[in-house]
Amino acid sequence: MDLHLEHVTLVYPDGESTLTAVDDVSLTVPAGTTTALLGPSGAGKSSLLAVAAGLTAPSWGQVRIGESVVFEPTTSVADATRVRRDRIGMVFQAPQLLGSLTALEQLELHAHLRGEKPASLRDRSLELLDAVGVVDHAAKRPAQLSGGQRQRIAIARALVGEPDVLLVDEPTSALDHERGVQVVELITGLARSTGAATVLVSHDSSTLASVDATVQMVDARLDSV
Amino acid sequence: MFVALRDLKNARGRFVLMSVVIILITFLVTFLSSLTAGLARESTSAVTDLPSDHLAFSMPSADDSPEFTASRVTADQWTGWEDVDGVESADPLGVATTRAESASTTAGVTALGVEPGSGLVPGGDVASGEVVLTPGAAADLDAEVGDAVTMGGSDLTVAAVVDADESFSHSPVVWTTLDDWQAIGARGATGESDGPVASVVALSSSGTDAFATADADLGTTTVTTSDARSAVPSFAGENLSLTTMQLFLLVISALVVGAFFTVWTISRSADIAVLKALGASTPYLLKDALGQAALVLTGGVAVGTGLTVPGAAVLPAAVPVSVSWSTTLVPAVALVVLGLVGAAVSVARITRVDPHAALAAH
Repeated sequence: MDLHLEHVTLVYPDGESTLTAVDDVSLTVPAGTTTALLGPSGAGKSSLLAVAAGLTAPSWGQVRIGESVVFEPTTSVADATRVRRDRIGMVFQAPQLLGSLTALEQLELHAHLRGEKPASLRDRSLELLDAVGVVDHAAKRPAQLSGGQRQRIAIARALVGEPDVLLVDEPTSALDHERGVQVVELITGLARSTGAATVLVSHDSSTLASVDATVQMVDARLDSV
Repeated sequence: MFVALRDLKNARGRFVLMSVVIILITFLVTFLSSLTAGLARESTSAVTDLPSDHLAFSMPSADDSPEFTASRVTADQWTGWEDVDGVESADPLGVATTRAESASTTAGVTALGVEPGSGLVPGGDVASGEVVLTPGAAADLDAEVGDAVTMGGSDLTVAAVVDADESFSHSPVVWTTLDDWQAIGARGATGESDGPVASVVALSSSGTDAFATADADLGTTTVTTSDARSAVPSFAGENLSLTTMQLFLLVISALVVGAFFTVWTISRSADIAVLKALGASTPYLLKDALGQAALVLTGGVAVGTGLTVPGAAVLPAAVPVSVSWSTTLVPAVALVVLGLVGAAVSVARITRVDPHAALAAH
């Protein structure tokens, strides 16, 4: 399903005045494609991603997945959490794996969050770990893995719930150019194969050759689409 | 408890340390509770094991709280209680701590004086010139049936050693007739109806509500047999001190558990933010954290409680520890409940963790 950001505006209180972090942004990301969101620090990329993920409610505007409105100013925290669990996959700037879980359990956790038996996701989890090239490390904990391996497991974790939307925040910030390119290719490839509408926030346009579209954010607004 | 169980395994050092603290506190609380019960029994079993349901005291002043050592009931009060509706039996009972001598040794005992045929002597009766010993008194005096025992200048013959280990104010009980007791206790009857005959009147009643009226008419103060424990001189002070210590330990335990889970929750705030960002609801996370606390608490409390039985067994017989379900299970449940309250207050900070932090973390 497509992801639609419609007139999204995010305003924070800033002392006695306000700070507009996202200013009337509209963006559509078709299913199975990857749109890179570029821009300098402070342009509002992460704020837009937070609204798209339901981590922050928009001040105005709305977020749709397909035809259903999932986030708007009145969306409750519980509803936003449920949407994130069921329809959105997230990859953070740091892998953010849970230290006590093995690579396989990082993925199986998703089933437990849904109230299902973790083992019900075992086959898909192993397939995804294989797809990102770390299936041989399925029984290892994060402390036993390299930074690159942890990042790949984080990507697999984001996709294990078969989300409609994949949101990726600066996945290459800690990688060299070659590995950055590989990770972006991996994400765009997985987005195509899973049909997830993917938004990838990045500060490094040189690694984005494989993405389907690129948009630039400047001063809280989209510069071009 | 998908994450909680794996955290327990992964951070086992921290949780083992916490469990050891809980085990030691539990052992201390249950042991203290058993000691309190044992000391209470040593102080009051002669009273609580009476077949009566109420005791009537006659104190020097109407405002005085009932106390065995100060109470003196007269023949008029005794017979007056016999006539109260709903009172099935009223038996005078003398209580006096004294020194007893056998052929081989001397021991402190509490002499209980009763009317022959009153039914207050456990498993038997006592006749004039005789004394009935409890096992503790028999052991302390190294005496058996047929031996002579001297108390307050009176020579008495041991008629029986009953199978009822009763004591009063930490001294073993012996039973004599009321006449012999009056001689022993130096509280001899005056021969007048308003002269003292005993310490209290033991009452067996059938649900009467006439106690207040009878007390006013007869000048007595009536309490239940259970409440009469407070009239034993040593009981109230001991019980209050030990119970206060137990309550403090329970509160300390809750604070220790709360402090541990506060630090633990703060240390995993980043993980909680990630879990929320991945779609974990707040109730899911609270259930996970409280389940973890419950597991650590129940495990530690179970081991600590289990150690009380062998711990009490290796103590010398002179330490009056009385281990029972009420001295172990009740404090154990209190420890778990209060510990969970402490943990709940600590893990409540989960509700304040912002999932947005997962995006900001590097």
